[in-house]
Amino acid sequence: MSRLSVSDVWKGYGGAPVLRGVDLEVQPGSLTAVLGLSGCGKTTLLRVIAGFERAERGTVSLGEQTLDDGRTYLAPEQRSIGYVPQEGALFPHLSVQDNVGFGLSRRERRGEQVAGLLEMVGIAPLAKRLPHELSGGEQQRVALARALARRPQALLLDEPFSSLDASLRSRVREEVHALLREQGVTTVLVTHDQEEALSLADAVAVLRDGRIIQQGAPTDLYERPADERLARFLGAVNVIDARFEHGAARTALGTLELRGEPAPAGGASAGAVMVRPEQLDVRVCEEGAAAGIEGLRGRVEQCRYYGHDALLHIRPERPAGDGRSADAPQPADAEQAQDAELLLARVHGEQALPVGTRVAVAAHGPVTTLR
Amino acid sequence: MSTLAPSPPTTPSAPSRPSARPAARWTRVWSGRRRWPLVAIAGAAIAAALVLLPLAYLVVEALKSGPGEVQRLLLRHSVAVLLWNTVRLALACTVLCAVLGVAAAWCVERTKLPARRLWAVALVLPLGVPDFVVGFGWVSIDPALHGYLAAVMIMTLALYPLVYLPVASALANLDAGLEEAARSLGLGPWRAFWRVTLRQIRPAVLGGCLLVTLALLAEYGAFEIVQYQTFTVAIFTEYKLGFDAVAACVLSLVLVALSIAALGGELTLTGRGRAGRPAGPGARRVAPRVALGRLAAPVLAGLGALSGLALGVPIGSLVYWMARGSSTTLPSASILDAAAHTAAYSAGAAALATALAVPVSALALRHRNRVTVLIERLAYLPMALPGLVIALGLVSFSVRYAFSLYQSALELIVAYAILFLPLAVVGVRSAMGQSSARLEEVGRSLGARPSTVWRRVTLPLIAPGLGAAFALVFISAATELTATLLLHPTGVNTLATQFWAYTSELSYGAAAPYAALMVAISAVPAYLLSRRMSTLANAERAA
Repeated sequence: MSRLSVSDVWKGYGGAPVLRGVDLEVQPGSLTAVLGLSGCGKTTLLRVIAGFERAERGTVSLGEQTLDDGRTYLAPEQRSIGYVPQEGALFPHLSVQDNVGFGLSRRERRGEQVAGLLEMVGIAPLAKRLPHELSGGEQQRVALARALARRPQALLLDEPFSSLDASLRSRVREEVHALLREQGVTTVLVTHDQEEALSLADAVAVLRDGRIIQQGAPTDLYERPADERLARFLGAVNVIDARFEHGAARTALGTLELRGEPAPAGGASAGAVMVRPEQLDVRVCEEGAAAGIEGLRGRVEQCRYYGHDALLHIRPERPAGDGRSADAPQPADAEQAQDAELLLARVHGEQALPVGTRVAVAAHGPVTTLR
Repeated sequence: MSTLAPSPPTTPSAPSRPSARPAARWTRVWSGRRRWPLVAIAGAAIAAALVLLPLAYLVVEALKSGPGEVQRLLLRHSVAVLLWNTVRLALACTVLCAVLGVAAAWCVERTKLPARRLWAVALVLPLGVPDFVVGFGWVSIDPALHGYLAAVMIMTLALYPLVYLPVASALANLDAGLEEAARSLGLGPWRAFWRVTLRQIRPAVLGGCLLVTLALLAEYGAFEIVQYQTFTVAIFTEYKLGFDAVAACVLSLVLVALSIAALGGELTLTGRGRAGRPAGPGARRVAPRVALGRLAAPVLAGLGALSGLALGVPIGSLVYWMARGSSTTLPSASILDAAAHTAAYSAGAAALATALAVPVSALALRHRNRVTVLIERLAYLPMALPGLVIALGLVSFSVRYAFSLYQSALELIVAYAILFLPLAVVGVRSAMGQSSARLEEVGRSLGARPSTVWRRVTLPLIAPGLGAAFALVFISAATELTATLLLHPTGVNTLATQFWAYTSELSYGAAAPYAALMVAISAVPAYLLSRRMSTLANAERAA
């Protein structure tokens, strides 16, 4: 178990650099997810760490050992780093057990070790099969066992679950997660799926335009994203105008507690806060019976029902936002190009409301200042 | 790490090794990154030099005689006649081959033809009969056959499989969804065929036509037999009988220009159609076969006539002459001798061509840059170089600079290797393209050095491709006549040269066993290859 650190790594392929000074620290035995859109340099970063590409500048080190610093460069076979590429990349001419034993010495290949590894990933009965006779999930497990066979000090997973269909994906994800936990191997997992990153990883590093813009625990990232764009990338967001007074934000949705940070100095000031859809409380508010209920009045304009929960689009009677759209690239919400004044509220499935219902919307803190 | 318990604690770990000796680390860094490409670069450079050598030497030889002489040689009346003869033959044969090849392929691949698999093999097999043997087959039973029409008929029957094969495989792999979409947009079956199917198989048709044209430009033996003068025949005669090396070189360059024009024509016509892969994901649909109904009898009769004329006549006449010849003299010792020489030269050429194709393909795929792509293109250049041209270039070179090589076994092997390098590159490259660079990287990350990865991953994966490339070059070299006639070591005969010697003396009975042996050599592996291709296609279809 070793700490993997990448500092100020630059890499390009002739044109504009793909990596522009990446800094990444992976704690020993932890699982760090590198999250980014396709084309942001995720795979290049993995390839530099694995040693398939040389960094143009910067340092990659594993534990006490320098892997690549411009002067020293260790070939991939000299690094103790396992690599699981997308879709497994099993050797098609070798059986499952020969694939798993590939990195072992001749003597080790004949011993119990391969059987133990196959047992570990739960595919012992498939030892003699050829890769094309396996399902996608089984191939993924073989690839993992193969990478773990040499007991690497670090493991790199390149979008390991993206080729699996949705029903299989969550199961394989859980199994792999449990296995990595048990092995305690320092792991970097690259993904474009923010849900996968948030749910699996101990730490998430967000890569954008060749730089890590934020690295931290999943809750940190979700609650305190470095900027608005990242906030939207991690999930749907309402941006609400606010006045900051006495360490709280006064908004159309009520006075909201601010997360951790001190209020902007100099008494009252104007800005905006980020309110996640699940922080909105929606109550039905019939005409006339409105008197006792607090909150911003509005009407349900659309209701997206997902079973376990529902996403309400509510048009307030007077705007609460700042005129900037709050559409997030989350699959569930992405299709609704949303109009700036709409509020998004996530409610329990049984609370799905018919379109046109008059509601009162309030928010519960703490919320994060955006500007 | 509990479940990993059985593993011995001595698993080699990377950190201890490189830090032990910095010097050792450096050599391993360099060997890891560079040694392999260096070997490959050297191999590819040799391949490129070999390909360029004969052509360059022809140019040198032609230029040496001075512009006045070149002009005199080119502006002779006979050159115009040769040009006319060559072009009208190429046009007629290519069009006929295209029509026959497409029609036969469509019948086999897209209709409910009785005994489909049998036809699929029977229609390809004429490829296993060398063109000059087809010519021999016809002329030996009807000595009156000669001239333009005889040449057109014989070459069409010999070459149509070059169109049939690519078109059949294109039709087999075609997505039926496209045709169905056209039908749903209101096109009738014939218009759908013209506007959709034919557009899809166009690259295959044009590619096949190019191969036919190039083969026609390069052919010597069959035209000599039917006494039809083309450029190649004239060049051969100038050199072998007239001893006029300069005239031969100048005419060869015209021949090369014709071949390049054919290549250019194919490129222009194919145009953007080459990139016609269906867009979007989703499984390909296999097209339903058309019931022939009342047309079954005429179609069967047509296919029967085609394979009867293309395969039955040459084979039948070989059998006839063998039966007749056995009563007279059958020089069994010399045929074994000739077969042994043929096998040795062909195996040498196949090994050399395959060995050269590996670095060329590896560099073009794994270290793609302007130089490696150029080398790859150069490796395809011999497609446009008739065997006669390569042989002449090598002869001129060796006569001047390396006389010990002149008419040596090595020179013949090198000539074959150059001539059939494109076949080897096609086979090796497609095999290498299927073994992805990612697998090699995974091998490296599992602790294997580049040479080990090559041995344990790349080589096993491309081995079938190497085998196919070797077999293709072997077959082609074993049945090559033109270059062999110019280059074979004095006093040593191969199957082709001995066959040719007997045919020239009109000793058909004596020539027949040599031809039969060549047909056997090329037919058996050709059959196996076509079987393998069809199983591959079926496997792909099933997947």
